[in-house]
Amino acid sequence: MATKWTYSDKVKDHFMNPRNVLREGNEEDFHGIGKTGNVKCGDEMMVFIKVDPATLTITDCKWQTYGCASAIASTSMLSEMVLGMKLDEAYKITAKDILNALGGLPDNKVHCSVLGDKALRVAIDDYYRKNGMEDRITTQTAKIVCECMQVTDEDIEHAVLEGARSFQELQDMTKIGTGCGECQEQAMATMSGYIQKHFGL
Amino acid sequence: MDTRTVYFDNNATTPLHPEVKKTIIKGLEIFGNPSSMHQFGREARELVEESRATVASFIGAAPEEILFVGSGSEANNTVLSLLRCESTSCACPLSGKNGLVTTAIEHPCVLNTARDLGRHNHAVTFLGVDKHGRIDLDDLRRAVTDKIGLVSVMLANNEIGTLQDIKEVARIAHEAGALFHTDAVQAVGKIPVDVKDLDVDFLSLSGHKIYGPKGIGALYVKKGAPYCPFILGGHQESGRRAGTENSLGIFALGKAVAMRALEMTDEEPRIRAMRDALKAGIAASIPDVLFMGHPEHCLPGTLNVSFAGAEGEAILLYLDLAGIAVSTGSACASGSLDPSHVIMATGVPVENAHGSIRISLGRENTMDDVTYMLEQLPPIINRIRDMSTVYRRR
Ligand code: FES
Repeated sequence: MATKWTYSDKVKDHFMNPRNVLREGNEEDFHGIGKTGNVKCGDEMMVFIKVDPATLTITDCKWQTYGCASAIASTSMLSEMVLGMKLDEAYKITAKDILNALGGLPDNKVHCSVLGDKALRVAIDDYYRKNGMEDRITTQTAKIVCECMQVTDEDIEHAVLEGARSFQELQDMTKIGTGCGECQEQAMATMSGYIQKHFGL
Repeated sequence: MDTRTVYFDNNATTPLHPEVKKTIIKGLEIFGNPSSMHQFGREARELVEESRATVASFIGAAPEEILFVGSGSEANNTVLSLLRCESTSCACPLSGKNGLVTTAIEHPCVLNTARDLGRHNHAVTFLGVDKHGRIDLDDLRRAVTDKIGLVSVMLANNEIGTLQDIKEVARIAHEAGALFHTDAVQAVGKIPVDVKDLDVDFLSLSGHKIYGPKGIGALYVKKGAPYCPFILGGHQESGRRAGTENSLGIFALGKAVAMRALEMTDEEPRIRAMRDALKAGIAASIPDVLFMGHPEHCLPGTLNVSFAGAEGEAILLYLDLAGIAVSTGSACASGSLDPSHVIMATGVPVENAHGSIRISLGRENTMDDVTYMLEQLPPIINRIRDMSTVYRRR
């Protein structure tokens, strides 16, 4: 049965032969560690980096994940992309960059690829923190968009990655705007921003 | 790479039985409209009625109690939608008694119809299940109030294989004055099902789960049970389901059922033995596994197992690369973040739902398939656990 696989050849290659997986036991050797997601929501990602302090360049990047094929492939891809990269450059990598490098993922799998770059940023932040460079940390914390229901911009991003395209779908997923309703306009704007960011629509 | 292929996803759909294939090929020549009175129509009608009789006798019904429908989903929708009838000219006496009791582990075609009824002011209760996937009969007794017109409980669950005590469920529903429907799509053809013995008012079955084609199903409507057509139009199926009959599908369904009648009894112990060998083999070669579903009251060919620290879609796809087809309760494979509602309903931790796969066996499987699976699966689980943030070998 020679049928086309759901994913690109690149994804398949990284899934079958994941690069730079951290086998257990040597986490202490790393200068920065970042973790995102959790097992409950089905995906958890950890990124471990070594940094050359003179040039602030990533000299090694390893990872572990509890996740699906897209999560495995995208983190593997990311770990190859960042080798030799300056920290401030690596900080700017987005899920879209990883997606492009992988030759794309089906829309409903995009959410599986966003944890890697986030975990990397957390790892870089961890390095900055450990080395007295807190001023370089720019990772913003989640902003509340809907006060009544305490829905944040991150929640909206998540919903978009899960397929929300209309306000109704966003509301079904997050309960946003079901209180006073005053957040609707901002919610729509935030949502469009994320649709643009992840799907270029 | 190994080119061997093993199909372990028979609960999703089954390969056509060779005899069904032959029937379809022969049936291609019979193009007459079964409703036409000339010889072409009569020829088709005769075969349609033959199939009806076969399907009826297989489940202990009378031919006039069987109507052919487009799918199991249509059969289920038809029955649940009886509750919507408010027409005063209709024989269906459910108005005013239009509440529904069903379970949290039904197929989406029942769940979504039930939710829709709920949105339209019908009282709908979703019964929970225990860790093996069985409903509590006392819960059921409490739920069937005098507002309840229909109880709908599936006979066998498609994901975990758990069987409900349908006979008792039907008795409780009837004692409370409600009608009883069972979605038997996963059960018919795998275990003996008799509508009189179970005392059901409605029962749904589907062709493609029993080595027949897709797009054909049947609905049993007990003689005298209230009924309103779901698809309105012509007088086909005695006015109970409009639309020109899918005669080719009906011939094929009849043949599929006839083959089940011949083969099911001998096949059941063989499939059960393969399932048990898989279960024992997995338990012996892979640590930290959890088997889902009921240990005894379970379909013979369904095995649902969860692997700590390994996500389901990854398992599915590594198995796919080894030529083995299974399905998963993982969210990722279905493209949403919510894992299987069935596994969640059994109350196991959500991690188990994300890390579960369903192995469902069928008549074409052999012990060699089991051996191949038991060779391939342990290294795959090892590999995934090796990458895992959460799994540490103890
Ligand atoms: S701020 Fe969101 S509903 Fe009021």
